[in-house]
Amino acid sequence: MHRFLESARPVWKELERGLDHLENDPDPQWDLARTEAFYRLYQQTSAHLAEVRHLTAERELRGYLEQLVARSYSRIYVRGTERSRGRWWQWFTAAFPAAVRRHARALALSVGLFLVGCAFGAVALKIDPSAKAALLPFGHGQKTPTERVKREMTDKGKNISQARGRFSAQLMTHNTRVAFFTLGLGMTFGLGTIVLLFYNGVIMGAIAVDYIADGQLVFLLGWILPHGSVEIPAILLAGQAGLVLVHALIGWGNRMPRRLRLRAVLPDLVTMAGGVAVLMVWAGIIESFFSQYHEPVIPYALKIGFGVVEMAALTLFLTRGGANESTL
Amino acid sequence: MKALYNEAQLELRTPEGMEFTLPLAGPVSRLLALWVDMAVVMAAGMVVQKLVAVVAAFSADAAGGLGTLLYFVVTMLYSILAEWLWQGQTLGKRLLGIRVMDRDGLPIHVSQIVVRNLLRPVDMLPAFYLVGGLVALGTRHGQRVGDLAANTVVVRTRQLEPPDWRKLLTGKFNSMLEHPHLAARLRQRVAPELAGVALDALVRRDQLDDAARVELFRELAVAFKKLVEFPAEAVEALSDEQYVRNTVEILYRGR
Repeated sequence: MHRFLESARPVWKELERGLDHLENDPDPQWDLARTEAFYRLYQQTSAHLAEVRHLTAERELRGYLEQLVARSYSRIYVRGTERSRGRWWQWFTAAFPAAVRRHARALALSVGLFLVGCAFGAVALKIDPSAKAALLPFGHGQKTPTERVKREMTDKGKNISQARGRFSAQLMTHNTRVAFFTLGLGMTFGLGTIVLLFYNGVIMGAIAVDYIADGQLVFLLGWILPHGSVEIPAILLAGQAGLVLVHALIGWGNRMPRRLRLRAVLPDLVTMAGGVAVLMVWAGIIESFFSQYHEPVIPYALKIGFGVVEMAALTLFLTRGGANESTL
Repeated sequence: MKALYNEAQLELRTPEGMEFTLPLAGPVSRLLALWVDMAVVMAAGMVVQKLVAVVAAFSADAAGGLGTLLYFVVTMLYSILAEWLWQGQTLGKRLLGIRVMDRDGLPIHVSQIVVRNLLRPVDMLPAFYLVGGLVALGTRHGQRVGDLAANTVVVRTRQLEPPDWRKLLTGKFNSMLEHPHLAARLRQRVAPELAGVALDALVRRDQLDDAARVELFRELAVAFKKLVEFPAEAVEALSDEQYVRNTVEILYRGR
């Protein structure tokens, strides 16, 4: 034991010095010789730990060596960085749409669940108009679409003009939270994500039927399209990310351990969440500063045209963005 | 009194085949760290309010919007930025000596940090982190929902001081080795199976509960004492466990 400790202590001390250096400076620019020397110290200490385990039950020494090995291991076997820092624009314009396309089936399922919700909401309101108050939140159930249109035309956006900034910020933060929540609920094996996608569809379907039945289709399109053409896809993309999480969690047809499946989808989840947040910021600005103004302030044709252009641009962006670039 | 929570460890194996353990953070230290972080966010919220009050002098609407946005950014980004910059630690975790790590014992990546924090609202359901707390108590490595999705664990970072070398080198004097003829006789008489059991008992002593450990070392000491009787002055101050420890040293290192 004496000889062992005397010969091993300098190795441990040297390894400890190297670790202190690495922990203070995670990117130390060591040359090959220094790196190899550090790795040798780690290997030697690992061997000492094995020896100590067999030769002595000395708890303090074993704990100390385990800690040295653990610290070294976490420095030596660092995984490569996922992407270079500072390329935010490329991340959004290339990595985000590429991630969306990689999980196209999850997006199709997300859209499908939303559409089923739409159909349910539409049929439910058609069959039982008295369910309007229950189906439509935010006071939409309290008045008819025609009453609202009349009020908006006389109000000319004055009700919001003093609070556009606050309203816009509230929309951005609330919608982003809902989107992240939709994603996160993927961890309920998809149940929460499915419910939220379906519920959003129910609201949308019920609103559509309510306005169309009341003869206010043009107003509806002029109101919803400018921000909805981005906000609704953003919710669907959040749902897609939630379903990607579900797929990794359950692992249909994938024999990899669950934690490896989850690890594999993490970068895409983060990319999709970030992309959704950007879309929600845009939708919040548009909803507050543009969607809430109606004729005669802004012609419906302009609002509808703007919404259609946005939808086309978003579709083009998601289907073509980053197609010519390698994975970032 | 028996602890309600047994200290858990993360067992790892390096590619070189070396096994080691990392002590996992307990629920109380994690809760305290969370409270510290909530206090930090609240303090940041108050700073935001002061800032907004200045802007409100120019535009109440802009101030309202700015306040909402800044508070959202603080609550969403505090943990993400802190864990990114401090390699898995927030202020609360630093104070409590705990750190988020990859489930494989490696430093966490940005994507893991983001996902474990994005899923925080799910852990907070329905209130007071009930879902996260129950899931953490029910999983082997104390992982909340966000940790499960991100493949992360929270470990204790307390760095052990090097052992007292003088004690190791001199304090563990084996008085039985003062009698080499008896030590040689002990080596002759102890069956390999008994020697193996004794070694195993020492290696695994920490895994035994107190009563079982005392009983096991008492039985082993009695068995060894029956084989060779050492002079009283050599063994009278030794506990049963130390007797077995000295015997094992004679058996395995004296050859």
